[in-house]
Amino acid sequence: MSETSSSLTLPDPTPRKTTFSGTLYRGNEGMWSWVLHRITGVAIYFFLLVHVLDTALIRVSPEAYNAVMATYKNPVMGLGEVVLVGAVVLHAMNGLRIILVDAWPWATKHQRLLFWIVMGLVAALMLYFTPTHLINVFSPIEGGH
Amino acid sequence: MAATQVTGTPGEETAAQAAQTEGGTAPAEVDSAQEGHDRPLEAGEAVEEPQSFPVTVIVRRYDPEVDDEPRWVDYDVQMFATERILDALHRIKWEQDPSLAFRRSCAHGVCGSDAMRINGKNRLACKALVKDFDTSKPIYVEAIKGLPLEKDLIVNMEPFFDSFREIQPFLQASSKPEKERHQTIAQRERFDDTTKCILCAACTTSCPVFWTDGQYFGPAAIVNAHRFIFDSRDEASQVRLDILNDREGVWRCRTTFNCTDACPRGIQVTKAIAEVKQAMMTGVKL
Repeated sequence: MSETSSSLTLPDPTPRKTTFSGTLYRGNEGMWSWVLHRITGVAIYFFLLVHVLDTALIRVSPEAYNAVMATYKNPVMGLGEVVLVGAVVLHAMNGLRIILVDAWPWATKHQRLLFWIVMGLVAALMLYFTPTHLINVFSPIEGGH
Repeated sequence: MAATQVTGTPGEETAAQAAQTEGGTAPAEVDSAQEGHDRPLEAGEAVEEPQSFPVTVIVRRYDPEVDDEPRWVDYDVQMFATERILDALHRIKWEQDPSLAFRRSCAHGVCGSDAMRINGKNRLACKALVKDFDTSKPIYVEAIKGLPLEKDLIVNMEPFFDSFREIQPFLQASSKPEKERHQTIAQRERFDDTTKCILCAACTTSCPVFWTDGQYFGPAAIVNAHRFIFDSRDEASQVRLDILNDREGVWRCRTTFNCTDACPRGIQVTKAIAEVKQAMMTGVKL
């Protein structure tokens, strides 16, 4: 029983200052799916901006267009395409999930399960896409040498 | 309480022996008697005292007259597993630092005064038990997010209540019944979940949309609109739907389900918001 009153006799009455800076809100699947949706959405927006511009180059001159397209044909851009397709697939699948959650009571109740179904589908689609794509990206270089 | 009466011959038997000799006749009484101290203690019986243990509580303090920025301050308090975070704050305020400011009133999860962010989640301090936390690590306590910080754990709740008032949270009916307005069990059940709201703001301040867009009505206002929109006695459902069918209304909801997780009353907040959305698209289904 004596322990309970021990805080009265703490040696240091002035509280210590900590270097801790802040906490992140600890949301569940719903919050992280929203975060992923935002990040992929913004990323896809910037890609589309560039994509519209480089495609519009063909109206300026076909040579300029071809020159730009040639700079895209390297492994770094190939890997970038994997990321891009991943972002689009995730955004698309999660977008369908959000529509269901809004419109269908069953989905509202089982949103957590749906999140993991979305993740599974994205993983499956990417497992299908990535090897085929990377073979295309890397084979011309290997073949050329 | 009834253990000695049930066994008939209490004598020198300990409670454990009594349970064995009795077999299955009245296990419930013996079990409950063993748990508490509400029975005469046998001679020489060891009594297990609940042990208190040190817990580090790190509170985000802010005194507008002194601090430019909120700062994290840590306190060591002796706690029992069955106590609540509110008790820890009391102990800090009463025994260590009387300047700590926080709201609380009933301290039993009904008034909704002491919503705060505990270890990164919005909880009522009076309903968050110490035993549910990993006390080998510090427990972080800070004010709820998205409302103007006034002092320590106190925020200005006015913007929150403004949104609440805006959705007209009162029964609107033109007729005047003789005695009372009748409602079937099913009609009452339709909005039962949203009647539980205590306006603690845990849901609204857990919403990432509300953090960045203070104009958003927020989950709590929509929950209270839901309570009247789906009430068969109310006649102003369409008015409330029009209010919420706004740029800053229900369509701001991004279904992060933080509000459902934060609600200390267990209201399915995001589900209620989804039902309001559906009512806008396909009409109110009572």
